[in-house]
Amino acid sequence: MLLFIEQLLNGLQLGVMLFLMSAGLTLVFGIMQVINLAHGSFYMIGAYVAATVAIRSGSFLLGMAVALPVAAAVGMLMELTILRRLYKRDHLDQVLATFGLIFFFNELTRIIWGRQPLFMDVPSWLGGAVELLPGVHYPVYRLAIILVGIFVALFLYLLFSRTRLGMQIRAGASNREMVAALGVNIRLLYTLVFGLGTMLAALAGIMAGPILAVEVGMGESILILTFVVIVIGGIGSVRGALVGALLVGMVDTLGRVYLPDILSLLVSSATADTLGASLASMSVYILMAIVLTCKPAGLFPAQS
Amino acid sequence: MQKIVFSLLILLFSLSSAQAADSIKIGMITTLSTKAGYLGEDIRDGFKLAIEQGKGTLGSFPVELLVEDDGRKPEKGRQIAERFMKRDKAQILTGIVFSNVAMAVVPKIVRSGAFYISPNAGPSKLAGKGCDKNYFNVAWQNDNLHEAVGKYVTEQGFKNVYLLAPNYPAGKDALAGFKRFYKGGIAGEVYTTLGQSDYAAELASLRAAKPDAVYFFLPGGMGINFIKQYAQAGLNKSTPLFGPAFSFDERILKAVGDAAVGVVNGSQWSADLDTPENKAFVAAFRTAYGRTPTLYASQGYDAALLIGSALKSVNGDVNKADEFRAALEKADFPTVRGNFSFGKNHHPVQDIYVREVVKDGQGNYTNHLLKKVFTNHSDAYGGECGM
Repeated sequence: MLLFIEQLLNGLQLGVMLFLMSAGLTLVFGIMQVINLAHGSFYMIGAYVAATVAIRSGSFLLGMAVALPVAAAVGMLMELTILRRLYKRDHLDQVLATFGLIFFFNELTRIIWGRQPLFMDVPSWLGGAVELLPGVHYPVYRLAIILVGIFVALFLYLLFSRTRLGMQIRAGASNREMVAALGVNIRLLYTLVFGLGTMLAALAGIMAGPILAVEVGMGESILILTFVVIVIGGIGSVRGALVGALLVGMVDTLGRVYLPDILSLLVSSATADTLGASLASMSVYILMAIVLTCKPAGLFPAQS
Repeated sequence: MQKIVFSLLILLFSLSSAQAADSIKIGMITTLSTKAGYLGEDIRDGFKLAIEQGKGTLGSFPVELLVEDDGRKPEKGRQIAERFMKRDKAQILTGIVFSNVAMAVVPKIVRSGAFYISPNAGPSKLAGKGCDKNYFNVAWQNDNLHEAVGKYVTEQGFKNVYLLAPNYPAGKDALAGFKRFYKGGIAGEVYTTLGQSDYAAELASLRAAKPDAVYFFLPGGMGINFIKQYAQAGLNKSTPLFGPAFSFDERILKAVGDAAVGVVNGSQWSADLDTPENKAFVAAFRTAYGRTPTLYASQGYDAALLIGSALKSVNGDVNKADEFRAALEKADFPTVRGNFSFGKNHHPVQDIYVREVVKDGQGNYTNHLLKKVFTNHSDAYGGECGM
């Protein structure tokens, strides 16, 4: 039972990570109708910049403070120079261009930082584990990730429901011609939304840095799950991204842990191990297929 | 002015082609891109070091090393091999890092009569049923390093070990290799998704299973993630971690930091292995490239020396295939491993050690030789080889 609670927390933590990634991606798609495959590159840029600054200065927070604006600036620059030319093109052109950008950013990272993965440690004030319940020890750093995720979800909620900018973004998602006709500077709005999206991806990368290897191509491994999340949640919907991310996080984590055990009741344990592992890696895609069968537009389709 | 430049260019080209005609071509198909690119980089740099030390020669015959990146893709490896053999007429090939690439490329090379010297991948099939007279492995058979740790863990009295590897053929082979020499009980055997980056769920189950030790095989970035998270979960204080050298080379250690200190891992080589050849190699590699060589670099270097020794005995004429092969079989080269010969399936018979990860005086992480586990160890598949 205690183990189950710990696994639920692990699922929650993975879900939060995916939420940070998918919120930005779904925003960009919902509002700008652009499929940005290079979203994972900002996750990588965030991690690399934060790790570099953290190594030099010894301060994780300083790393974060530098990496977030840098990633947002790179994102906005990319929007201004490249994506802006692609809005009118069809999705295939956008996919091709942003896919090319993945290679560009990976190679650029390799040129700047080399092949050697960077080292980034958990800041000492977030090290160690706390006893949440008697017998449930959980690393403080992973709790911090969950807290950051909750904080970002709250921030986005307030941004969209309480501010003028949020209102314009929502309006832009529903009907961009009308919003432009009403005198909103839609170009500036797009650039800002893109910057926000890349900053969220960078935040996910920074939080992942101390846990994972900071290496070239790290963004692609999380990108696929991110796409699953936004398809499940409903493309363009931040609320859908939140629910989808938590669902995917839970299903992936619990599937990895419990599927081999459940299967071992049915078949021999060696087969169950292998079969369970294979099934577990498919579980999120099975979830996606089920959701798409029942609700083809995702759980919370954006109104458009 | 134009004329001078032109004639200089012609001179340059004729010189280089003249040199190319005389030198023996060696084709290196290796992985230089992708996350695993540093493996190929080290194999190449080790190999090149041997050529540079011979002032452009191996076994005092001028050689030309052609290097191409396979991007870890079997089909690309096949294309490169074809190009090397047909266009460049290379008769000696080497360099492949990954077993899946080797399985796709090596049979093609040896079927066409060229020689292949493997500086890394050693899939079981090429050591057993698929062995070939023109295929030599100068590194290890894939299971070897896992076998050494299995034996060491048994000797140290661990009775309940938890096993973890990715869900793909090399992962299963790794754990099978470990279990071949490990005699205790198994607390759990978990196969994770290939390329997985977060191991929180597996670590929670692992802790609940209460093993007395953990053995894992997670090559590349997966290993970095796992070792860091293992230490962050506080498990390194209660449950010792064991692995093969692949997760503890000097470049991975730099990305893992303190989390790996104290971990015991199996390897056929270590930078502090006390032989005169090895000391000279490590010093020369550090001077040439400014970093400590990894085991991959030592394998690339040994591959080059082996080829050099065979070239010398056939007077640089690789067309004398039978004599060249016989010379390779003798393995008469100054290996950095101290002790090396070939079994009848052309796979190494060598000593295998366990090493411990330490932080040295300058704050660098490296491996310290702990104990010799096997003396003259070969592999489990030689019996299936029909040679």
